[in-house]
Amino acid sequence: MTTPPLLQVADLSVRYSTDGDDVLALDRVSLSLERGERLAVIGESGSGKSTLTHVLLGILSRNAHVTAARGELDGVDLFGGLTETQWTELRRSRVAYIPQDPNIALNPVLQIGRQLDEALRLSPRKVEKLRRRDEAIALLERVGIADAERVYASYPHQVSGGQRQRVLIAIALVGRPRLIVADEPTSGLDVTVQKTVLDALDELVAETGVSLILVTHDLAVARQRTDRVLVLERGRVVESGATAAVTDDPRHAYTRRLLDAVPSLHEGKLAPTPGLSQVDPGHREGGLVAQGLVKTYVTRDPRRGKILTPAVGGVDLAIEPGTTYGLVGESGSGKSTIARIVAGIDRADEGSVHFRGQDVARARGADLRTLRTRIQYVFQNPYTSLNPRFRIFDVVAEPLRGFKVASGAELDRRVRDALDVVGLEPSIATRTPTELSGGQRQRVAIARSIVLRPELIVLDEPVSALDVSVQAQIMQLLIDLQHEFGAAYLFISHDLAVIRELSDRVGVLRRGELLEEGPVGEVFAQPKHEYTRRLIDSIPQFA
Amino acid sequence: MRYVIRRVLYAVFVVWAAYTITWLLLFYLPGNSASMIISGAGADVDQTLLASLEARYGLDRPAYEQYFGLLWQTVTGDLGTSITLGVPVAVVVGGALPHTLALGGLALAFSVVLGLGIALLANTARATWLRNILFSLPSVFLSFPVFLTGLILIQVFAFNLHLLPAVGNDGFRALILPALTSGIPASAAIAQVTAKSLYEYTHGPQATFLTARGVGRGRIVYAHGLRNAVIPAATIIGMSVGGILAGAVITETVFSRQGLGRVLQAGVVSQDVPVVQGVVIISALLFALANLAVDLFYPRIDPRIRLGIA
Repeated sequence: MTTPPLLQVADLSVRYSTDGDDVLALDRVSLSLERGERLAVIGESGSGKSTLTHVLLGILSRNAHVTAARGELDGVDLFGGLTETQWTELRRSRVAYIPQDPNIALNPVLQIGRQLDEALRLSPRKVEKLRRRDEAIALLERVGIADAERVYASYPHQVSGGQRQRVLIAIALVGRPRLIVADEPTSGLDVTVQKTVLDALDELVAETGVSLILVTHDLAVARQRTDRVLVLERGRVVESGATAAVTDDPRHAYTRRLLDAVPSLHEGKLAPTPGLSQVDPGHREGGLVAQGLVKTYVTRDPRRGKILTPAVGGVDLAIEPGTTYGLVGESGSGKSTIARIVAGIDRADEGSVHFRGQDVARARGADLRTLRTRIQYVFQNPYTSLNPRFRIFDVVAEPLRGFKVASGAELDRRVRDALDVVGLEPSIATRTPTELSGGQRQRVAIARSIVLRPELIVLDEPVSALDVSVQAQIMQLLIDLQHEFGAAYLFISHDLAVIRELSDRVGVLRRGELLEEGPVGEVFAQPKHEYTRRLIDSIPQFA
Repeated sequence: MRYVIRRVLYAVFVVWAAYTITWLLLFYLPGNSASMIISGAGADVDQTLLASLEARYGLDRPAYEQYFGLLWQTVTGDLGTSITLGVPVAVVVGGALPHTLALGGLALAFSVVLGLGIALLANTARATWLRNILFSLPSVFLSFPVFLTGLILIQVFAFNLHLLPAVGNDGFRALILPALTSGIPASAAIAQVTAKSLYEYTHGPQATFLTARGVGRGRIVYAHGLRNAVIPAATIIGMSVGGILAGAVITETVFSRQGLGRVLQAGVVSQDVPVVQGVVIISALLFALANLAVDLFYPRIDPRIRLGIA
């Protein structure tokens, strides 16, 4: 080994100070990266993953203080007081960045071609003006964009999310960087798209010998796509080594916990925690039956006129009492629309929804109010679904008050019970949502939904905004609650493994149509539809 | 195409509404042009004379007849005859229009240059104190009454420095001070909106990404930020045409200039309905045209709007 590593960092610490409060985001992190090597950085939110990527690109916020014993990238001393101009040069030639959200990163008012052209103009490669367009098209083709000419002439909103992310990869390639830092480049994409984007990145590494730092929360992605891995917990490296070795035989408890938390496609529905008592549900007859649901959204825009968006085209589904129906599909497949119709929030254009024999769409007045107490809804994002000005007690008590189900001591008791059941300390009742973590918030949202003892809970991607270990806890909680109280779930997710571990039946949705449907085990073992097979194949897996 | 038709219809509606509201206001004001002519002559109101004058100008007919008669005349291009001056309104308004157009055009140019300039400087100045001052400048501008700005400018540039004429209509030099006077408050709104959106852009995630891919600070502000910040500013620029036209009454008075503002003021005082209506309809047309221009320009600066037209 005569050539030195491309990147060497020793004892890197980053501290954020705001108003006298110091937060240590990275604590003596050391790492080294060879040329052509792919390094995964994994860890949960708050572990310092993003800070690490930002430090390598010199884009930390002003209140960050960096100390390091060593930091060398391709012979350049990163922490030796580079000026902003020098950083800019470095970013144009050595280190490139692929951000998480392609919707934010591209300028919406400039054609993609112009944004690539700008990057080419700024790059030290000095591409001649008359060659720039060809060069840009070649870059787009190289990251696997088939209709490169069209994309070149398009504005960002005119191409798909996957294509936008590829455009960002193409922009990253402009300066022929030695290192690409990718911060969760596929976490916003559907699985089938994620696969193609990651494939494109893999090919680049193989062909050009560029090194890659891939920040991800998805351990399976790390396992499949990287050579070495760095596990971060609260700013500290708790484990590092060859990816296969670490994921097969984790040494550190944190890594093991992360790995155990990953839902699996191969195991059946989770078992409830042993020793839970079962409350007699008392309503075992009649579930939810939806037939021929059709929904088209009509938007009127003063500038654009009337726009019709077909969302759901003829969907039938039935949910037995006390069971979980998993609805899986990619973005835009109509999952949430169905959820909203079933919960009686939206009305279908055609078709009917009956809950225990009662027509959900036609219920009015007192009937509708009773129905609403029986069907509850949990939203995807616990950061926006809780009123930040309410105390937790009031958040959970609101349905009881709103439906005048309980008051006084009875209300008090039921709120505390609900908080207890979802595993929250009683002391949390006096706090506000902003003081809680994401996992705690989602527990509060679940507590709010079960406080009325509903017979059906519609769960719209309730775990996809959460870290894997928190996701695993919430999933176990949902299983336990179902076991205890016998509620039925309509569980919406884009994640097949999550569906597998929670559901009894599953429906696969694409463009508003249910392609196939059946017991989870059967559908996953022998998918009938080619699309289901492709979905399952696209999921990154261990081994 | 539908977008264009929509915007044109909207402009027509604005002009009609302005016309109708003014007519209603003038109609229900006590007194009318005929009584003004007579009382202007100093005599006691002679009822028979009043009646004959009212008959001559059609003021004795029912309200709806007067309204639709005038509306039809206006649509066919006949603005009527001034009651107090006895000449066609088209001549009165036509004579004043070029002055106001010159004043308004220059004021608009000043306001855009000044507004965007302040916004850009506020976001790029190196010294923090300078940035703070520039960010608070728009609210200072807005809180100054137009006539006061005018008087201060006259005092400084005309009387103290003898650089520019204080009053009058002659030549371009006489135009500068009044144009500044009405341009400054208009620039404040433009500066405020643009500075704020530029600030948000340059402190947002897209700017972070641009930095990360080696785009310098200057390019982030000028090549990317400005393109995005101009979108909300365009609406404000269209609206400020209205402000400038309304301000013309004061500006032209302070600087003793001819123009629509003065004509309007004289017309209101003498309740010369055809003249007032004439000025209102021309101003409304100008305002509607300016906003139509902005609306049609919009898809060029924000391509996300263009999608729907196809």
